[in-house]
Amino acid sequence: MDQAESVSVLEKKYSRRTFIKGVIATGATASSAGYLFRGSPLLGAATYQTATERLITLNVNGQERRVDVLPHETLAMTLRYKLGLTGTKLGCDRAECGACTVLIDGVSQYGCSMLTHQVRGRSVATIEGLEDADTGELSVVQKAVMEEGGFQCAFCAPGFIMAMTEMIEVNPNPTREEARLALSGNLCRCADYDKILTCAMRAAELARSV
Amino acid sequence: MAERLVGADIAPPDLHAKITGRARYAEDFRAPGMVFAKLLLSPMPHARVRRVDASRALAMEGVIDILRADEVPSRDGPREACLTDTPRYEGEPILAVAAVDEETAAAAIEAIEIDFEPLPFVIDPLESLRPGGPNAYVDGNQFSGQDGWSDFKWTNTDFAKVDAGEMPDPSCPVEWTKGDPESAFAESALVLEETIVHQSLTHHPMEPRSNMAYWEGETLHAFVSTQSSQQTKFALAGALQIDPENINLVSEYCGGGFGSKIAGTTVMQIPALFSRKINRPVMLRITRYEENYVGRARPGFQTWLKMGFLQDGKCNAIDLIIVQESGPYGAGDFNTAGMIADLTYTPQNMRFRGVSMYTNTPPKAAQRGPGGAQIISMMEPILEKAGRELGVDRFEIHRMNAPRGDVQFGPRNATLTSVHAVEALDQGREMFDWDAKLAISGKRNGSKVTGVGIGLSPYTAGSRGRDGMMIIRPDGKLYVHQGIGNLGTHSIADTARPAAELLGYNWKDVEIVWGNSARAYPRSTVQAGSQTTTAHTRANHAAATDALRKIREVAAAALGGSASSYSVDSGRVSGPGGTMTLGRIAERAIAMGGEYSGEVLPDDVHAQTVPAAQILAGEGLMGIARDNYGGEGNIYSWVAGFAMVELDEETGMVELKEYVGVTDCGTVIHPRSLGAQVFGGSIQGMGMAMTQRWVFDPQWGVPFANRFYTARPPGFLDIPADLKWGAVGIPDPQDPVGAKGIGEPPVGAGAAALTSAIADAMGGRCVCRTPLTPDVLLAEIEGRPMYGRLEQHVG
Ligand code: FES
Ligand code: FES
Repeated sequence: MDQAESVSVLEKKYSRRTFIKGVIATGATASSAGYLFRGSPLLGAATYQTATERLITLNVNGQERRVDVLPHETLAMTLRYKLGLTGTKLGCDRAECGACTVLIDGVSQYGCSMLTHQVRGRSVATIEGLEDADTGELSVVQKAVMEEGGFQCAFCAPGFIMAMTEMIEVNPNPTREEARLALSGNLCRCADYDKILTCAMRAAELARSV
Repeated sequence: MAERLVGADIAPPDLHAKITGRARYAEDFRAPGMVFAKLLLSPMPHARVRRVDASRALAMEGVIDILRADEVPSRDGPREACLTDTPRYEGEPILAVAAVDEETAAAAIEAIEIDFEPLPFVIDPLESLRPGGPNAYVDGNQFSGQDGWSDFKWTNTDFAKVDAGEMPDPSCPVEWTKGDPESAFAESALVLEETIVHQSLTHHPMEPRSNMAYWEGETLHAFVSTQSSQQTKFALAGALQIDPENINLVSEYCGGGFGSKIAGTTVMQIPALFSRKINRPVMLRITRYEENYVGRARPGFQTWLKMGFLQDGKCNAIDLIIVQESGPYGAGDFNTAGMIADLTYTPQNMRFRGVSMYTNTPPKAAQRGPGGAQIISMMEPILEKAGRELGVDRFEIHRMNAPRGDVQFGPRNATLTSVHAVEALDQGREMFDWDAKLAISGKRNGSKVTGVGIGLSPYTAGSRGRDGMMIIRPDGKLYVHQGIGNLGTHSIADTARPAAELLGYNWKDVEIVWGNSARAYPRSTVQAGSQTTTAHTRANHAAATDALRKIREVAAAALGGSASSYSVDSGRVSGPGGTMTLGRIAERAIAMGGEYSGEVLPDDVHAQTVPAAQILAGEGLMGIARDNYGGEGNIYSWVAGFAMVELDEETGMVELKEYVGVTDCGTVIHPRSLGAQVFGGSIQGMGMAMTQRWVFDPQWGVPFANRFYTARPPGFLDIPADLKWGAVGIPDPQDPVGAKGIGEPPVGAGAAALTSAIADAMGGRCVCRTPLTPDVLLAEIEGRPMYGRLEQHVG
């Protein structure tokens, strides 16, 4: 097919029609999810849609928070736009970068790829909850990052710090190689990997000494 | 004695906010009544909107309004508007809808009925150069402000050569020659001819270009993601045609830009215009998917290169033709690439021809080391190939061709302030242990072959003549007002250090003021092209020198004796009449008024600095000055990269085993951050050369690789757990501080060290294209290349 032909096919395909109608042919809710989560694993995660109530209680950073949540809302969106916890970042909306990493019952998860309804009854930890609530003292991971001057733009930092927080629990005495593996679910576009790794090693060292 | 600030590892003052979640990037701001905008993106690469019916969308509950292209500023010619009814790439924003939440806005976008007329499009610039080939614009493929549109084509004779795999002899809009290339080639002992394809690839900063805005009367509050700050305010004012002093621009943090957010972004206009229309704050959250389209990309090159060498390995002639894939709105990389080829190989005889071609692909912009990174990553392996063929040590061939201090390059024989490329190479040789590594080059371990290679990469690294402004308040602290951006290079803090040191300050008593234009900034550079370190260590140094003079004069007036006999240290000024705190000096400066408190300003500061200084006037002792240090020649920095890889001949996978990067960037201000720039830039270059691939469907003109997982930047597992960096550390003699920038040059060095090492692992064969993904390499190894020599962008 030469270009003239493809242009004429485009003409037929798009002329006098909604441009995306043919792609997502369901109702308004599903199609807006289609726009937002195009190609996302959450597309079609409509199972929660009917059976769930909207006003739910979440345990975030040790506090009970009541929040009105849509059936297909992601945890990252709830944290950022309903609970005011903007420390959790959105880098890709789709499990590719780790900027949204939070801990669910101590296990690191991508907040962009979990539905808020999935974490009911579980404890959610975000970057805002790492400091000591009373004294403001930084966590060992945060201290390590301060000491080593970790990160450049730091948009990836909250996610990495949560992943490091899990890492020092799971493997308190990692080699650089092991730490690299443990953090490989997070992307740093500034590629500050060398310093991040140094921070992770220092965090483990600090954790061992307390 | 106050502490040494230059050369120390001091974490930037914003780190605490960054690691506790308090740092607010543009998408983290909220305003009462804030609504959400969503964009309708063009589904085709070139089209005209015939009709839009938004009635169903506007009737939806929660939908507030629509913003159309005819409501936003636009200019004729190949110039970008924030919304358009003639989209020139797939993904170009057509219109925006605002609704109470993002979900409703997205639903409304999908309820819009829109009718497009598809138009012919160009993905491969060579197609547009072919006689009778399509153009990216209806009116032509070249534009000049004077003559408007024209149709530029090469001849059938040119294409007969292109198609036969030979170097054509085309006419090009840009052409320069120096020396006598023709005679020089005749004298060359070796002439290498190659065709090169360098891909176009998206910037993909971690933070997409989300932004929010609202109006308070005539004042626009804009929360934007931008590399720069003071200059972004003026750029936004220019785009919206409003008075810059009516903008309060908030840009506290930026999650990376790499050239894609230099003076802000085009989409930053949308919330500003939309919120004025509907009188409510508007948040435009850009998703990664959208970022792929509106987020800018490095221009691709299709290139013919002829390179001549004397018997000893010295390059004596270059003939270079670059066809640049420039997207719908143009780019200048190819010009820089020609200059950098001349600078790095010092041939004395060179012809450069280049043409920038509009294409219907997402817009291009400077990407870290623009032009330089592309050409260096492609030419360094060819230089090493010459070394192999002439029997000259590969390290030696880099070293002998690298410029010395007396270099003159480009069509106008530009000079440099200083150059220590040779020292960087020498230091890297030692750190990498080149001689030992050379001994294992080509070694096999099962299906894996070891390769080693070098990449030497220069880039501009400074500018002059900006303003510095700082104030010592009655609390005794030094407040350095920084109009540059905060994109992760730490320069908002680091460029204040030499100034603080000059004033004898300890770092704890220095406050960096940045991120909100209400806080007043002097005229600054855009934070791009590695200018900032030089430009603003100089400007701040000038302002500190002014402050020092004023401190001494105030002290002498108060305590007696001559001003010059007073000196500053750790927040005090002392001399024959006694000693005073700088807080007291500030109080006295306020009382004395005039120039001391900034009521009277130097004549030569920029007009943009004046209103900012007036905000601060009377609040303390002001140091304010233009950088008048001057200087001859261009400011360039260098990185020499050394890489060792293992290429698996069965899978085409390349594993980077070791990397060393050594820089010549003058005085080192912040070692740890410098190392991070050397590594970060080098790794980005490796992504460009190896892991990121941006593929288009030539049939429909749309990109396939729209996300991270397809156009994947390097991750933790792509680089070794240990990397090494070094710095030559020789101050630039034409500079009061001696520091040169470092952002750009490592990209080419990392990319080229890798492409050279891969060529070495392949027995010296240059594939001469990026990216070198496993499938591309495997196909080459098996002798059935995946692509035609000049094929660009294909899937
Ligand atoms: S935003 Fe969740 S992984 Fe990228
Ligand atoms: S520091 Fe910028 S993305 Fe990691």
